[in-house]
Amino acid sequence: MKKLLLGDFAVARGAWEAGVQVASAYPGTPSTEITEELSRMDDVYSEWSPNEKVALEVGVGASLRGVRTIVSMKHVGLNVACDPLFTASYTGVNGGLVIAVADDPSVFSSQNEQDTRLTAVSAQVPVIEPSDSQEAKDFTKLAFELSEKYDTPVILRLTTRVAHSQSLVELCEREVPAAKPYERNIAKYVMMPANARVKHTVVEERTAKLSADSDEFEINRIEEGSKELGIICSGGVYQYVKEALPQASVLKLGMVWPLPYKLIERFAKSVKRCIVAEELAPHLETQIRAHGIAVEGKNIFPRCGEFTANLIRKCVLGEQKQLNVASVPARPPVLCAGCPHRGVFYVLSKLKLNVLGDIGCYTLGAVPPLGSMDAVVCMGASIGMAIGFDKADPEAHKHSVAVIGDSTFIHSGITGLIDAVYNKAKVTVVILDNRTTGMTGHQNHPATGKTIKNEPTYELDLAEVCRAVGVRDVVTVDPGDLKATEQAVKDALSREEVSVVIAKRPCALLTKKLYRGFKVNDNCKKCKACLKLGCPAIVNGKDGISIDVSLCTECGLCQGVCKFNAIEGRD
Amino acid sequence: MDILIVGVGGQGTLLASRVLGKYALDKGFDVKLSEVHGMAQRGGSVMTYVRIGEKIASPIIDEGQADLILAFEKLEALRYAHYLKEGGEVLYSTQEIMPMPVVTGAAEYPQGIEALLHGTGVDALSLALQAGNAKAANSVMLGALCKKMGLDRQAFEEALLASIPQKTVEMNKKAFELGFAAV
Repeated sequence: MKKLLLGDFAVARGAWEAGVQVASAYPGTPSTEITEELSRMDDVYSEWSPNEKVALEVGVGASLRGVRTIVSMKHVGLNVACDPLFTASYTGVNGGLVIAVADDPSVFSSQNEQDTRLTAVSAQVPVIEPSDSQEAKDFTKLAFELSEKYDTPVILRLTTRVAHSQSLVELCEREVPAAKPYERNIAKYVMMPANARVKHTVVEERTAKLSADSDEFEINRIEEGSKELGIICSGGVYQYVKEALPQASVLKLGMVWPLPYKLIERFAKSVKRCIVAEELAPHLETQIRAHGIAVEGKNIFPRCGEFTANLIRKCVLGEQKQLNVASVPARPPVLCAGCPHRGVFYVLSKLKLNVLGDIGCYTLGAVPPLGSMDAVVCMGASIGMAIGFDKADPEAHKHSVAVIGDSTFIHSGITGLIDAVYNKAKVTVVILDNRTTGMTGHQNHPATGKTIKNEPTYELDLAEVCRAVGVRDVVTVDPGDLKATEQAVKDALSREEVSVVIAKRPCALLTKKLYRGFKVNDNCKKCKACLKLGCPAIVNGKDGISIDVSLCTECGLCQGVCKFNAIEGRD
Repeated sequence: MDILIVGVGGQGTLLASRVLGKYALDKGFDVKLSEVHGMAQRGGSVMTYVRIGEKIASPIIDEGQADLILAFEKLEALRYAHYLKEGGEVLYSTQEIMPMPVVTGAAEYPQGIEALLHGTGVDALSLALQAGNAKAANSVMLGALCKKMGLDRQAFEEALLASIPQKTVEMNKKAFELGFAAV
């Protein structure tokens, strides 16, 4: 039976068919749906881990104990998980261990555009890369086989267009291999210097063997076409190549590290012009050239952004379409109507504070008119940066705050807060507690009191965590109450110690209610104070201020800033 | 058949693409859909691709390639109009949603968009309100699309109703009907 499946769902299906027993992850676009889908399968244990490092460590343990395991994350999540990754490469596996990592060319929803293949080369971990949903499923199953055969974790690399595209997939049944017996093996699994030295040699030999064997792998294949032009490609780019250059010969690499050099050499010799088409870093090109095989690549293709069929036609054939592009105002993403973060950013903007930001929906606090953000780097960085501000400038703590989401705080903000207390920083931290992992589509986390399967569990109390690490000034406010929020922030700034303000209100999208929306009455003086909220439901039209009922969630923030009682509900 | 679905994040472009995908699959075609999640969904400009045919390679639609653009907002229709191939058409909602640069006064909402678009406008917001709620605007547009493309109405409507919450079925049926009658 064929089914239309999202790439991420196909990975989950492949893992399920391969008999996966344990799945762990921290949500990250575009990888989140892999684990969401696995959480719907009763015969697989799944979890949202607090961060990617823990997720991979759970995976390493489950693999060690003998069952097939998948760990999923986005490209920047792999940075967090690099510590276990680099050494799990040395220990190898017992049950198959697959790490699904989704890159984000063109940066649709990330803070950078890094290339997982380069990390994998450093970690000496093989990488396979599907080009559509069918391959996403098939390659996931193959990844488990390779993992067990070559005693290594295997990275399944996706990009946004593979992870978040849907195409047809042939479904199969689940086959669970017998769990591998667990035996203590200190030389293999305890990485102390004497063992690690030995294992490093094993890893180098493994990579060389995989490279040699991969000349025969079915997933590395030549599709013969014109002898004039040959393209070496993989993943989503393969589809663009087939679309743009249907006549060309193609070497489609299913495994993009290590590489099948004999196959590549044979292919390169068989065509007049040989080009490597790859998004982001010149990974394949560099490795192929280092083997003395002449190819073109980034001399004609860009390093930044995702490819399209048009781009390939332009770069390879010099074809360019004349387009009549309309000049229109940009429409950047904004905080949703009813977003609880808006109240906090309104206050921070009003008080003209320096704001050290973090990763989540609330990064949009940087967008005008709120425009309240000084820096955003990575998950959990806001608190560390605020400490740096404080240590570099003795006055900074009076006019700067760190803002961090509830899930992000648990991911990697807690350690920053410990540092702040331990090293006597005077920072103010605002935890934007919207009771969910918002940006990635509402996943549970330790402070929601629900597991990935929505089962009740211990609910981490954020205020108690803050007190436990030594913060004496911990206040909880409703960000819908602008006066209370402003007062709480001012109080925190005035103190010569670490303060935490927990701005607690559920994400507006968690309520599935249908709203009738507010309306503007005749009291409106067109003072435009409400426009400073940056609420997408408030319209500044030709006929004055009005409210878009298709967006309004009746949160009441606009009523809070209106001095003329000009905004009211509909009877 | 290459259909580009554009709108403002949160308007339901994903739902529309999935309904089209399900319909095409049921009719025995190869289908590829590509969608945008995460940051780009939060009230920003969004595009979703639907490609239907005998055998589809790329899941995305390039500039100058689309047979039809289904636009849930007028400015977004204009923003992506250059994705149409020669002779392609736009089916757009006449709803205007002000982007933040317009709200803050940094830019103006363009006037006379209709004159620049080759296609058909539908007052989806009014029709949705008539059906019961502004949220039904995407069902209005899908009704209009069904008529415009000459799709099998019963099969298409079933694909839609299978993709929405049970309690909104009546409202969406009505919205679909109003959209179907509007073009």
